[in-house]
Amino acid sequence: MAVTVEIRKKLDNFFLDINFHSDARRIGILGASGCGKSMTLKSIAGIELPDEGHIEVEGRTFFDKEKKINLKPQIRNVGYLFQNYALFPTMTVEKNIAAGLKGSKQEKEARVREMVEKFRLQGLEKRLPGQLSGGQQQRVALARIMAYGPEMILLDEPFSALDMYLKDQLQRELAEMLADYEGTVIMVSHNRDEVYRFSEELLVIDQGKIAVAGETKEIFRNPVSREAARLTGCKNFSKARRIDAHTVEAEDWGVTLTTQQEIPEYTEYIGYRAHDFIPVWNVERTGKDKPDNGDGSPRDMLPFDLESSAELPFEQNYYIKAKVTVCWFVQRERVQELEEKGMPDYLAFDEKKILFLR
Amino acid sequence: MEEIMRILKELDWSPLFISLKTGVVATFISFFLGIFAARKVVKASPGKKAVIDGILTLPMVLPPTVAGFFLLLLFSRRRPLGEFLFEQFDFKVVQTWLGCVIAATVIAFPLMYRNARAAMEQIDMNLVYAGRTLGMSDTKIFWTVIVPTAGPGIASGTILTFARALGEYGATSMLAGNIPGKTGTISQKIAMVIQDGDYLTAGIWVAIVMIIAFLVIFLMNIISGSKMKHIGRW
Repeated sequence: MAVTVEIRKKLDNFFLDINFHSDARRIGILGASGCGKSMTLKSIAGIELPDEGHIEVEGRTFFDKEKKINLKPQIRNVGYLFQNYALFPTMTVEKNIAAGLKGSKQEKEARVREMVEKFRLQGLEKRLPGQLSGGQQQRVALARIMAYGPEMILLDEPFSALDMYLKDQLQRELAEMLADYEGTVIMVSHNRDEVYRFSEELLVIDQGKIAVAGETKEIFRNPVSREAARLTGCKNFSKARRIDAHTVEAEDWGVTLTTQQEIPEYTEYIGYRAHDFIPVWNVERTGKDKPDNGDGSPRDMLPFDLESSAELPFEQNYYIKAKVTVCWFVQRERVQELEEKGMPDYLAFDEKKILFLR
Repeated sequence: MEEIMRILKELDWSPLFISLKTGVVATFISFFLGIFAARKVVKASPGKKAVIDGILTLPMVLPPTVAGFFLLLLFSRRRPLGEFLFEQFDFKVVQTWLGCVIAATVIAFPLMYRNARAAMEQIDMNLVYAGRTLGMSDTKIFWTVIVPTAGPGIASGTILTFARALGEYGATSMLAGNIPGKTGTISQKIAMVIQDGDYLTAGIWVAIVMIIAFLVIFLMNIISGSKMKHIGRW
């Protein structure tokens, strides 16, 4: 399993410059809409032509500008799952699955039957795509790709057009159906939950460039770049001034944090996830290891000065006044505690959860 | 009423068959040529597209007599092409039924081409991309995916083409003339009897044309309606 992609392409409003190599079986590409992630996927499939670069999958060169290699999409043997599934609207389910198959009629029929069974499409063979539910359409689209025996599968925002309930169901189905697939799968998405759940390795793309790449869980734990932190769901950012190896001032929040761990030298910003704040009631500060502002108020906590709040079905969002508004999201179980004890006086930081960003 | 029955009994039905034959053949030719041209134009670069489209649509915007004039210039046996066709293949175009077909095809073709093109341009490009990544050749994608998906547009183009070819008058009268039993189409027949002041015969032919036109459109609507019911569009 190996994928090497080097693509340079001039697009309408930015320049796409993607460079990566991965041996992972499941690769995620995370990025905001229009960041160039779909273009990357289409270039691998051969649907779009990069201006320059080199694309290699499993030792086969798909594209090389200098060597003038550009394999047709027909022979790249790459399956592409489109966001709208792109099922042929005038063909029945079985004809859709058979569309790309070569060989005798019997061979094709046997292959179609095998796929119909594998993807639980029995009874739907004669239906047209317009008569199927979203989930059934996804299964047909995957069956059509799998029938063809691709060396690699590309998933282009497969869930973004779905409602929440269906999304979860289809994510589970997709995971199940791809479980025994040996080849590489690349999924492009703007949704952090989708890529977290799916991928072993992750690329975060911002404005046509790779912001950060690496093991998915590691990127979520330590995103390093601000864009990666934002895309992985971090809501709070502050300009940071590194005072020494263990002290940093978060200028936009008016707090100074001291840490056991060493603060990386590149730190320009710090990020803190909205779910990670610790509410604190009645603090009194004395002593050296508990820094204060000179009046007994703690310097390493955020005064709880409520700007507004919003109620969601399963959590409560609080927006706290600072130079830059800070978000605090409280899960439902926690809300009860707040109702009993009243609003906290301060929000404290868990140093292990502070993100140091460049 | 008796008068009508008498006329009907004595009526020379040849204009009906000549018109129908011309309409069917011209529609058949326009169908394939129109789809072929639409495919070429959809794929062409913007500059080329504008030029080719202009040329192909011209017969629709020109007065039919102007088209007829050019056709006459082209196919007259006193001209190189007309002479060549006659000497090599014994093809006579001017004042023959072949002239009827050519005139009707040239005039009706843009309707087929324009409708097919509009329908194809609306097709989701992802269908083409999906076909390619599945290993289907572009020709196969075109005939098995694009043409059927553009079905309703192509069907309406075919109806309009047939209707236009059936009723063609201007170019036909110039190229093929009005030879009864040979090139005398319904439209020419109507014009002729009107000139003689025979409104009753003209009225009968008008009624026949209207019935045919309605039947064709009705039939096509039923066919496309039942076939397209379950086809989802994006």
